[in-house]
Amino acid sequence: MDLTFSKEDLAFRDEVREFLATSLPADVKDRCDRGLHPTKEGQTRWQKILNEKGWMAPNWPVEYGGTGWTITQKYIAAQEFGYAAAPVATAFGVSMVGPVIYTFGNQEQKDYYLPRILNSDDWWCQGYSEPGSGSDLASLQTKAVRDGDDYIVNGQKIWTSYAHYADMIFCLVRTDSSVKQQEGISFLLIDMKTPGITVKPIIGIDKEHSLNEVFFEDVRVPVVNRIGEENKGWTYAKFLLGNERTSIARVGRSKRQVERLKEIAKAERSGGRPLSEDTDFINKLTRIEVDLMALEYTELRMLSMIANGKQLSAEPSLLKIKGTEIQQRLTNLLVESFGMYGAPYEAERSYAGRNEAPVGPDYAHGPMAEHLYLRAATIYGGSNEIQRNIVSKMVLGL
Amino acid sequence: MDFELSDEQNMLKDSVERFVKDNYSAEARAKLADTELGFSRDHWKTMAELGWLGMPFPEEVGGFGGTAIETAIMMENMGNGLVLEPFLSTVILGGGLVAEAGNEAQIEAIIPEVIEGNMMLAFAYAEPQSRFDLNDVETSASKSGDGYVLNGHKAVVYHGTTADKIIVSARTSGDSRDENGISLFVVDNNSSGVTRRDYRTIDGQRAADITLKDVKVGADALLGEEGGALPVIEKVVDRAIAALCAEAVGAMQAANNITNEYMKERKQFGTPIGKFQVLQHRMVDMYMEAEQSKSMSDMVAMKLELDDETERRKAVAAAKAQIGQAAKFVGEQSIQLHGGMGMTDEYSIGHYFKRLTTIEMLFGNTDHHFKKYAALAS
Repeated sequence: MDLTFSKEDLAFRDEVREFLATSLPADVKDRCDRGLHPTKEGQTRWQKILNEKGWMAPNWPVEYGGTGWTITQKYIAAQEFGYAAAPVATAFGVSMVGPVIYTFGNQEQKDYYLPRILNSDDWWCQGYSEPGSGSDLASLQTKAVRDGDDYIVNGQKIWTSYAHYADMIFCLVRTDSSVKQQEGISFLLIDMKTPGITVKPIIGIDKEHSLNEVFFEDVRVPVVNRIGEENKGWTYAKFLLGNERTSIARVGRSKRQVERLKEIAKAERSGGRPLSEDTDFINKLTRIEVDLMALEYTELRMLSMIANGKQLSAEPSLLKIKGTEIQQRLTNLLVESFGMYGAPYEAERSYAGRNEAPVGPDYAHGPMAEHLYLRAATIYGGSNEIQRNIVSKMVLGL
Repeated sequence: MDFELSDEQNMLKDSVERFVKDNYSAEARAKLADTELGFSRDHWKTMAELGWLGMPFPEEVGGFGGTAIETAIMMENMGNGLVLEPFLSTVILGGGLVAEAGNEAQIEAIIPEVIEGNMMLAFAYAEPQSRFDLNDVETSASKSGDGYVLNGHKAVVYHGTTADKIIVSARTSGDSRDENGISLFVVDNNSSGVTRRDYRTIDGQRAADITLKDVKVGADALLGEEGGALPVIEKVVDRAIAALCAEAVGAMQAANNITNEYMKERKQFGTPIGKFQVLQHRMVDMYMEAEQSKSMSDMVAMKLELDDETERRKAVAAAKAQIGQAAKFVGEQSIQLHGGMGMTDEYSIGHYFKRLTTIEMLFGNTDHHFKKYAALAS
């Protein structure tokens, strides 16, 4: 056991710092820091910079374009990205479908899709949830019926983040209804421009458009767009969800939120004194900070287990539960820190074309939108209730 | 001791309930919240005709002499449907200040108009630096000839856009946090020197930041004693807090009902999600929070009628602190139990969550009222 950084690690940290200081566009940084949804243009621009540096996919094997960083270096990079309010690459391509493709895809699929993910040529979205299949994902009904070299897909997906930006969707579809639910699912990669696909916006409680419904009506998908074997999609889906849960802790981002709270607390006043001297506020922030430290070292301990070849079972669920709870506590406290200026709220959508600044102090612009949106954090990626069920069954054997 | 309503009070409750049922379906409310005005002038007229706008005012000025209990009955049922009309701003706050501090001429000029539904009011007390402290006032009022000149910045004035007259707290003497030296002024919203930044709030209502630049008012604009307004402000804000607590109770009960129904209908793993024990217990916790809140809300309404000031202020602080916590818990868990559905603007539960979130912060958040209670109880 050892927590010290080597000379090489410290040099690496300086390199990351230097890169972020010189290469991260100010507008991208500002949106990320405020907790606003990225714009497609800004996110793509930044990802192209990351790819040029070779840092688009730290978790991929080197042969597919990964960075080859040690676990310590990955940790250092995540810290620095978080502190600098540098967005990581959109998860759907790099963290979700990418690993599925290089683990279960064939050579043609690897050769075609992986470089396109690295170069942000395709914006991916995730076709998992359906109106009747949320927590009970395996009950999904979207059907794919074989017709020569194609599947014909019919059905509906919901809560699809950024489907309106997307070029591609990875989809779980039912290819056999006669067997156990989990055994009749396949994993398809579908071009969003295929005739028969309709994207309908869902306006969220944040009054913004990030979620969608995606409808499939007689959509022809070439069989070559299937990952792995027919009816083995559930295995790939679970693999993907496992990956999602390790990236969902967002420790770097939460550390930056703690810093932001400390900055804001110096500017705000409570009882005629700086809010940073208010013991109730200090207590709340300190409790979050210590919980975050526990999460950080739990994540590191798990990463170390993986690096040493140990097989994890449902431990990543713990990172998801604790990570999302901390994210929600942080935005709660951020909004609380503004006092009455927590109340004014207008969605960015309704600001289009106006040039007056949002009301209240500048730092109050963003956190309420993030606070509202992050109510979903304990729901998406498998709700925290489902995560607890998983831990109870897989780890505790209950 | 008796927590039951009288026959008249039950009639009032039925009347508000019917109004909400007829006018505040989730769709109707969403449509209304999205209009320029953010509420309905027709509804306002209806409220005047039903006598609601005169409920808390003394009979001598044309009111019904209702107590805080009548106010709570109305607010609780309005909270049930997330009613948008500026009842709290105009009747409880603005009207309350005028009735409490005004001279005969001021009362006669304003209260009957409020009762008739012809005049709307707003109370501008908060400032960018004041957070929740009513005594923290930097806006100044200096004597000039027979009248005063007002300068300052008032923050997050609910319904400041639609109010005909704004009641402004301003300092006539002393330092920015002194308890003495605060005065109240009735300012026409279209006075020269008044500029407003109008905006929406997360709960679908309207508010404004108001800048006063050399706003000249006559001596007749002074409401109550010069420099001695703080006790009046505190008294009226206490009533507003009690009203808000009742609104929160109504909103929590509605959110719980909606969530409860959803848990019976929504099926996952082949069974209604309400059959899962972990969700049942969550729902029970939400129910208990709402029940505890209802008790605190009833308690504070009754204690407002007592003469013992310390007792009254302790009750208000305790109720707001407890209800603030409950409101956050019920609001957040309502979303959680709805899953993705809870995240949509189209479905009603998110709107309850957002109103409950603002109620927690209005007139002091939970921490503020715990501190206040601790200071009063020690």
